[in-house]
Amino acid sequence: MNYFLLIGILIIVVGFFFKLDSIAVVLVAAIVTALIGGMDFNAILTTLGEQFISARYMSLFFLTLPVIGISERYGLRERAITLISGMKNVTTGRLLTIYLFIREIAAAMSLRLGGHPQFIRPLIEPMAQGAAEKDGPIPSTLVDEIKGEAAAAENYGNFFAQNLFYASGGVLLIVSTLESYEITASSVVRASLPIAIAAFVVSAIQFYFLDRKIKKAHQNEGSEQ
Amino acid sequence: MDWSLVLETFYVLTGALLIACGISVLKDDKNSSRYGGATFWIILGILFALGKLIPPVLAGILVLILGILSALKQVNIGDIVVISESFRERSAERLKNKIFLPSVILAISAFIFAQFLPKLMPVEQATLAGQIAIGLSGVTGLIAALIITKTAPKNIVIDGVRIIKQMGPASILPQLLATLGAIFTAAGVGTLIGGILAAIIPEGNIIIGIIMYCLGMAIFTMIMGNGFAAFAVITAGIGIPFVISQGGDPAVVGALGLTAGYCGTLMTPMAANFNIVPANLLETKSQYTVIKAQIPVASTLLVLHMFLMYFLAF
Repeated sequence: MNYFLLIGILIIVVGFFFKLDSIAVVLVAAIVTALIGGMDFNAILTTLGEQFISARYMSLFFLTLPVIGISERYGLRERAITLISGMKNVTTGRLLTIYLFIREIAAAMSLRLGGHPQFIRPLIEPMAQGAAEKDGPIPSTLVDEIKGEAAAAENYGNFFAQNLFYASGGVLLIVSTLESYEITASSVVRASLPIAIAAFVVSAIQFYFLDRKIKKAHQNEGSEQ
Repeated sequence: MDWSLVLETFYVLTGALLIACGISVLKDDKNSSRYGGATFWIILGILFALGKLIPPVLAGILVLILGILSALKQVNIGDIVVISESFRERSAERLKNKIFLPSVILAISAFIFAQFLPKLMPVEQATLAGQIAIGLSGVTGLIAALIITKTAPKNIVIDGVRIIKQMGPASILPQLLATLGAIFTAAGVGTLIGGILAAIIPEGNIIIGIIMYCLGMAIFTMIMGNGFAAFAVITAGIGIPFVISQGGDPAVVGALGLTAGYCGTLMTPMAANFNIVPANLLETKSQYTVIKAQIPVASTLLVLHMFLMYFLAF
């Protein structure tokens, strides 16, 4: 075994740790790994080009940015905050919990409802932030935490509920990898249910603690005055 | 009908938006590194728009130039247009809940297109449906935005470019990391790690087998950024010999193995489209804000995976 292949991983870890220029770090790691793996420079450039082009789909959401940009110019976030502050019982944590619940149910029914550019940036995150700010401003570190957990809600729902649908990519992969054991898609779906529920519960606890942090921030704000 | 041409059209539009971003950087004469920045976005735009036509070697060289520009700190964003708060508040007042319509239409139409396009498409192209749906929803949402806000069409570009600038050059990281993942796979990094893990596990101990399988899935996914790639390697290397062959129910072991990998996905910058892109998109202070938020939940769930596998598979 060629243990030198692990140098690429080392470069990534060290580079990200010291906050070096991430684009350069990733490219250096790719080139070093490819050289150790025995590729010549021409082959490296070809792979780099081919893979970059075929990964363009990851940035297709750029096409949705004008919609979001125009909506924000005309007051999308301001309206979201107004709307949410009119609802007394809605808190940041509850809002994210409800989103996660809907996201998981939809995934189980194979409905591709969700996405960071489609739901989180334009709708969910402004509302989550609006719910936190209706009793006054909150520290910017907490705003950052709300953003992080709003994005996380999408990932939790997506990852842990997608295998509740019998024809999802994950289920098909499991069935085909374990082909020799003759397992059925529906047995994989059944086996995926406990963790989907566990993920919902653990996430809801995280969102509950987020609410408590927000409450505390408001209390501190109040006591300082 | 060749649906990949529809997809290429959307890539051309994306490229045009990126080139517009480059031109906007170039026009900003207060930015000391505007030439470097403009070159970066224009090269990126060309890679998007003409991706299929550029010879791979040349595309590779262009990607390398992006890296050099970024390493030399030549890609400063410069001025970002700020929309005045009073304008935003006045129009929020005027449009009321109608301002939600473009984003709701964007979200719902993405969902509807993703649901129904595959039924119109030949089976071998159906994997493109999700991607085409994003492009189509962008167009549908845009039409709604133009009708509802009655904004000048030039704002399509101005406001799109504004958000691209806010996201910055790191927005190409996901594509580069996917490239790195492919190079890791081609060079054999995956099989190497699978081999190392399998070599250190003692045989005949179910609990150690379960811990190593779940950990192996998570760690491998963190390195490769892709749970699917990890699943085949780690299940063959650890899951089958150390868990299933000791009497574990294969469906349960497999199902929990894959989602144990997803716990790793939540904790790695390598899974950039799930962790780094949203951070850029929400303009967080750090690129790692989303990962930081996910670590407590992901590590708790990883431990729960081990318990569930022990109690449900045996």
